[in-house]
Amino acid sequence: MRVIVPLQGVVQGRGGLVLGSVIPCALFYLLQLYFKRHRSEPTPPPQTLTEVSELNRSLSRTHLSPRGSSAPACVSTRANSIVKSSDSPFYVGLKRVSEDPYDELSNPEGVIQLGLAENKLSLDLARDWLAETAKDSILSGGGSSGPLSMAGIANYQASDGLVELKVAVAGFMSQVMERSISFNPSQIVLTAGATPAIEILSFCLADTGNAFLVPTPYYPSFDRDLKWRTGVEIIPVPCRSADNFNLSISALDLAFDQGKKRGLKVRGIVISNPSNPVGNLLNRETIYTLVDFAREKNIHIISNEIFAGSTHGSEEFVSMAEIIDSEDLDRDRVHIVYGLSKDLCLPGFKVGVIYSSNENVLAAAKKLSRFSSISAPTQCLVISMLSDIRFIQKFIQTNRERLQRMYTKFVAGLKQLGIECMRSSGGFYCWADMRGLIRSYSEKGELELWNKLLNIAKINVTPGSSCHCIEPGWFHCCFTTLTEQDISVVMERIRKVSETCKSPR
Amino acid sequence: MRLIVPLQGVVQGRGGLILGSIIPGALYYFFQLYLKRCRSAKPNSNPPSPSSSSAQLADLSRSSSRSNLSSRGSVGPVRVSARANSIAKPNASPYYIGLEMASEDPYDRFDNPDGIMQLGLSENRLSLDLIETWILENLERSMIGGADGHLNISGIATYQPLDGMMEMKIAVAGFMSQVMGTTVSFDPSRLVLTSGATPAIETLCFCLADQGNAFLVPTPYYPGFDRDMKWRTGVELIPVHCRSSDNFALSVTALDQAFNQARKRGQKVRGILISNPSNPIGNMLNKETLYSLLDFAREKNIHIISDEIFAGSTYGSEEFVSMAEILESEDFDKNRVHIIYGLSKDLSLPGFRVGVIYSFNTSVLAAAKKLARFSSVSAPTQRILISMLSDTRFIQRYIETTRERIKKMYVAFAAGLKQLGIECTKSSAGLYCWADMSGLIRPYNEKGELELWDKLLKIGKINITPGSACHCIEPGWFRCCFTMLAEEDIPVVIKRIQRVVET
Repeated sequence: MRVIVPLQGVVQGRGGLVLGSVIPCALFYLLQLYFKRHRSEPTPPPQTLTEVSELNRSLSRTHLSPRGSSAPACVSTRANSIVKSSDSPFYVGLKRVSEDPYDELSNPEGVIQLGLAENKLSLDLARDWLAETAKDSILSGGGSSGPLSMAGIANYQASDGLVELKVAVAGFMSQVMERSISFNPSQIVLTAGATPAIEILSFCLADTGNAFLVPTPYYPSFDRDLKWRTGVEIIPVPCRSADNFNLSISALDLAFDQGKKRGLKVRGIVISNPSNPVGNLLNRETIYTLVDFAREKNIHIISNEIFAGSTHGSEEFVSMAEIIDSEDLDRDRVHIVYGLSKDLCLPGFKVGVIYSSNENVLAAAKKLSRFSSISAPTQCLVISMLSDIRFIQKFIQTNRERLQRMYTKFVAGLKQLGIECMRSSGGFYCWADMRGLIRSYSEKGELELWNKLLNIAKINVTPGSSCHCIEPGWFHCCFTTLTEQDISVVMERIRKVSETCKSPR
Repeated sequence: MRLIVPLQGVVQGRGGLILGSIIPGALYYFFQLYLKRCRSAKPNSNPPSPSSSSAQLADLSRSSSRSNLSSRGSVGPVRVSARANSIAKPNASPYYIGLEMASEDPYDRFDNPDGIMQLGLSENRLSLDLIETWILENLERSMIGGADGHLNISGIATYQPLDGMMEMKIAVAGFMSQVMGTTVSFDPSRLVLTSGATPAIETLCFCLADQGNAFLVPTPYYPGFDRDMKWRTGVELIPVHCRSSDNFALSVTALDQAFNQARKRGQKVRGILISNPSNPIGNMLNKETLYSLLDFAREKNIHIISDEIFAGSTYGSEEFVSMAEILESEDFDKNRVHIIYGLSKDLSLPGFRVGVIYSFNTSVLAAAKKLARFSSVSAPTQRILISMLSDTRFIQRYIETTRERIKKMYVAFAAGLKQLGIECTKSSAGLYCWADMSGLIRPYNEKGELELWDKLLKIGKINITPGSACHCIEPGWFRCCFTMLAEEDIPVVIKRIQRVVET
């Protein structure tokens, strides 16, 4: 008894003191040995033989360190979590398509891409322009600096972009948002795509452990861009189909309070307008209420307006910039993210924009832009393209028409299959209600359907759960990588799957 | 007495209890009020103007009652994050101040002969003419891409792999091999491309170290490391001092010492960052040193980041030996070595923003590939460079010509400095020389060095980088980059230095 329950011995003063300390220590020591052995298992066998034979390496250090094989060099914890971050269906689907992409002629059995918000509808316009003008625009240094200012292209430039490009982008933003707002070039910081723009803003507005409120469903990559390296949390603010997935201030309020209870300091709200994946536009009223809310809680607003020029409905797009223009009060708390990947169909160029009136944010963002600068030849190309106002006007117009046409056809096609889409006025996608097709009304059922669509129908759509939608059964379908003929192929494939899934409700 | 020392009253039980609690409470309350008034009196860039409130009333379409409910008034300006504040602070290092002043008033032989001559930016303009010619002749072909002569828009405009197109990786791997003397071959699948070497270093830091960990860095080192490796990563840099008596060569004893000191302080060292060829000195690490570094890293179980961005800018008789070469021939643990490269120095194209992370460690590669989304190289640039780098004959000619020109400039510049009695360390690579001006500073410390730097900048109108900006432990050393000058400019530089030195 004294051995088994040494503590009892100690308590009863029967000399269990020694055993009471020896046995726990022995157990602890054995445990440590066990862990050590476990950890050193994956190391390669000792390389002492090769070390000894290298006599020309006169440094005696190798002979002194008899440690033999070393433990493997570990990467950082954050790198491990980035590598291990299990890919959500959003990324799995993208990967599948890249391995087996559909092509009407060469690979008709491939996977059709409906999961990447990329606009290929107007690539021909961009191609024609580039084919004619690319050479001259790069060689002329993109500006009026005369023929071949190589010194202007090859050398170190300001990391936040050439002034001419800022001016051109500011002009483009005005043009594409069709408003009477003018954007001030000196309030722009250019980055290599909208992805680093969002990350830099995240660094500038929040410290590690702080949080942003993000209305759901949201763009799946926000989980990476806002969180990975910044240490910032996302508090989802659920929106419901009953409200047409519009943002409600009471939900924001609730989420803010929840954040406070969890001890998270909320630093801002991240909204997308037009929203991704639903495609809603925020109306003036909601924007005012948002700004009021932000003022009350003294937080920032990041407005991701990257689809601003890709509207196809009759609703008017209202940019945050317009509100800020009229109200002097809240200039410092609103920051706009933009880019040329969507509205100008040039994601490969990697041009992103941070637009802010907050001096501190601009100063910090300018310095951080060194980690994501736009390369000079690209800047020259874009300056030239954006300065060709007539081309841009035609481009914007044609693009909108094609977008509207595809949207109508696609939604009609889905409707024929009994799948309704949420009424949306912007973006390259529609938010499809496939609740009727899922077997169990849960995330599991949704993923089953997604799987069937990906592997049987060979269509990559993004399930709502990847976008953190609280209602299962909604799917995000981008139609801008298709041609009009492809739509019927897509519908046919979906029909095949939907016939096998009609749930007996 | 009871009023002034209510506590005494409390202690002595003479009813000072009330006063003892009221007076501190009142003081505290007044203090809070004062702070509140201070905070709301702080210059608010947009004070609520009277017109806006009438605008609010007039805007009856804003039916939300929230704005009327929040009668709290202004709650103070909205704050940015603490890290943004520390990043946005103007940088006081002479390295940055000099760069800024020189860019505001740049010297031009004809247009601005009294401007500031830039010797603080290691940028190679000596062979831009070769690049110019190539681009003039080949730009169209390189952008077109497709064999049928039509612009392959999908190759330029659409989404590409975020860590670089495979063709680009192959081209860059080939270039790296060519430029380092073809004694080593680089595997394209171990490359991650980033928009410049700056994000390459930052990304590696994220991958190898967690917040609060540290890297050992031999001094003097490139001033930009303080920014690139620390700003967002939360990593510390521990200087490992090298001395002129050793020709500023790295000693493993010093590394050991620094490592142990760090351990005592409770800092976890995750790796060593070396520059080879080194910046700002310009010396190359020989095989011996590389072996001992690898041994040291293995013993302490840490990583090695080898910044080899100047690998092609050699002009001496020494051969450059890359870490990759050592790993290929010797049986070392490849998982702990990571190489940084880029096209900004060897190919004179800093504006193109192309950097490389080369690693044998699959975890690091996997993480870096995912992080490449934040610093991708744009597609048109990749197209142009794929074409240029595949033109091996042009590249060969370019590498040879650049080497000759750098050598010529180095010899002329070092000789010019020697005439003034300023010796440079014998270096064999890089776009700069490490000049010993310790004889010219008074007193012999950092203050004296900065005084001389200031005089050279404001009076001599020359921007060079003082050793203290590079964390050199011995005062009086200056880094002078000579590759932004033309040969005719060298006498001008020497004359200006002479003028300052003689005062």
